[in-house]
Amino acid sequence: MIAYLLRRLGQSALVLFTMAVLVFLAVFALGSPVDMLASPDADQAERDALAARFGLDQPLPVQFAAFLGNALQGDLGASFVYGKSALAVIGERLPATIELALLALTFSVMIGVPLGVIAGLRPKSIAGRAIMSTSIFGFSLPNFWIGMMLILLFSVYLGWLPAGGRGPTTEVLGMQLSITSLEGWRHLILPALTLALYKSSLVVRLCEAGTREIVTQEYIRFARAKGLSSFRIIWLHLLKNMMIPVITILGMEFGAMIAFTVVIETVFAYPGMGKLLIESINRLDRPVVVAYLMVTTVIFVLINFIVDLLYVALDPRVRLGGPNE
Amino acid sequence: MMAVTNSVVAPALSVENLSVTFQTRKGPVTAVNDVSFHVNPGEVLGVVGESGSGKSVTGLATMGLIDAPGRVSAGRVVLEGRNIAGVSDRDMRGLRGNRIAMIFQDPISTLNPVLRIDTQIMEAITAHERISASAARARAIDALRAVGIPSPESRLEAYPHQFSGGMRQRVAIAIALLHRPAVLIADEPTTALDVTIQVQILGEVQKLAAESGTALVWITHDLSVVAGLADRIAVMYAGRIVESGTVAEVLTAPRHHYTAGLIASVPSRNRRGQPLAQIPGSTPNLANMPSGCAFHPRCSVSSEICSTTLPPLLHDPSGRFMRCHHPRQGA
Ligand SMILES: Nc1ncnc2c1ncn2[C@@H]1O[C@H](COP(=O)(O)OP(=O)(O)OP(=O)(O)O)[C@@H](O)[C@H]1O
Ligand code: SF4
Ligand SMILES: [Mg+2]
Repeated sequence: MIAYLLRRLGQSALVLFTMAVLVFLAVFALGSPVDMLASPDADQAERDALAARFGLDQPLPVQFAAFLGNALQGDLGASFVYGKSALAVIGERLPATIELALLALTFSVMIGVPLGVIAGLRPKSIAGRAIMSTSIFGFSLPNFWIGMMLILLFSVYLGWLPAGGRGPTTEVLGMQLSITSLEGWRHLILPALTLALYKSSLVVRLCEAGTREIVTQEYIRFARAKGLSSFRIIWLHLLKNMMIPVITILGMEFGAMIAFTVVIETVFAYPGMGKLLIESINRLDRPVVVAYLMVTTVIFVLINFIVDLLYVALDPRVRLGGPNE
Repeated sequence: MMAVTNSVVAPALSVENLSVTFQTRKGPVTAVNDVSFHVNPGEVLGVVGESGSGKSVTGLATMGLIDAPGRVSAGRVVLEGRNIAGVSDRDMRGLRGNRIAMIFQDPISTLNPVLRIDTQIMEAITAHERISASAARARAIDALRAVGIPSPESRLEAYPHQFSGGMRQRVAIAIALLHRPAVLIADEPTTALDVTIQVQILGEVQKLAAESGTALVWITHDLSVVAGLADRIAVMYAGRIVESGTVAEVLTAPRHHYTAGLIASVPSRNRRGQPLAQIPGSTPNLANMPSGCAFHPRCSVSSEICSTTLPPLLHDPSGRFMRCHHPRQGA
């Protein structure tokens, strides 16, 4: 177990280093921020001074070494636009995005698992077929389009919900969260649902397939032969087995979800770090883009780690090893 | 006034004219066809037949566990005097695991891999009894001890994968016998195990069933298992019971030609060295069942009538019966 964790830690470090190299190179190719920062009528001397101030006049390997050294100390440079630490700029936006993504994840589980189980238990029924065909739509319709349709329906037409932005926040454990207020929820619900839709379809399909496979297992038959209620068989015997693959996939997909907030936050004018990324790319705010990519990489690595732990917690065969007769 | 003599014991389980049909792509197939048998309290009935003859489906139908696309299309299942075929799900749930229990072939997959042993035993207790957790735990320990699991207190919190196949089957047996059911249906529970463990488990189940007065229906494709264990035997072929009687009668003087073929194909000590007589041909496909006696394409004495007419049930005065136009005479 310890060896396993250490190995995972080593892998994570490697992933982070690789990511650092890629991010650095990619961002370098984005173009020089000097063009953006210098006033149009600045002469070459002023431009050189500006480049020197941000270290942009150094050769590439030197810039990278400096970047890596600073990154290890938690310093990813100062935002060209905001004039303060890029990490701090990301940090201000991070809670909004995490809040959105976690809520979307919760929605996709709450919607996807029950529907998937129903469809899996009764594959031939009208409900089962309806669920499965609807899930295809969830897969194939573009999310941003669904988002815009939801805005049209609930904000423009019905006027029930705000069309975008984020509700008022309160500080919880040092983070600015908006799920603490009703107004916050009113702002969150549409983007979270939009973000959850694709994942719900995925969860429905996973759970349907899982249920259909698990109900044919002998242990389900034996559970029925014991005289257990269907409720217990489904919510304990079936679900506990099914959550193992579902959690693995959802963990992997949670990363993709955070990445996809870039689109959703833009559609809903939601001030999270996805929207910040787009703005920063437009303004060539290189340190913020770098910080965004590094922070998301760390989040990916963390999620994988958490999924591993959950997996171990759920599956005794992994946790305890083989027979010890 | 009539004198009521109750010399005949009421059977623990009596299955009457049971049929199970599966809806398949090629149309409906009848996997179990007009099957009748009974088993008395404390008695052991062996159900023998080749793979696919309908033994498991018979057992599952008796438990009310046939799922779509299958259904019980005819017949009654009388448990302790009450017809339970077609009772509500709720009533059936109260009987399953309580008055009638079943254990299955594959001990590796019969217990839920992600739930602890104590959870799986105690839920079977509390499904039928209002009982405190500590009392249920004590019952679970006793049940494990009864099936020969050493130091059960320390094994309660283990998971199935930490037990061997034989131990897992013992746990399943312990669970099945928790409520001293009237009937236990054992669907080849030892087939997947080592021979030595098979013998041990066979003996233990027989002993425990006898202690609790549980009638045992032991399903197997292995005649030699039944020979040493059962009181009576029912031979299944292509969804029907073709012959039934006491073990001694059927094994020493089979009347149906399929039974005779089965017996001849069992390796035995006194015939060692001689080639085993295999029944020619193979078991029929359900979707393509031979007319008349389903065994006629493989039978050496079949005649015209065998291929056209289903043989009627012939009853012997002794209570033995068979389905054959030309039964063998006692050897
Ligand atoms: N779900 C199903 N759909 C269609 N046919 C089925 C289904 N379940 C069982 N059958 C058919 O019922 C027949 C009897 O099967 P059953 O499992 O009872 O045989 P068995 O005697 O127990 O054989 P084995 O010794 O291999 O366990 C088989 O021919 C099988 O094809
Ligand atoms: S009925 Fe005919 S074919 Fe069937 S077993 Fe008897 S003799 Fe053979
Ligand atoms: Mg079987």
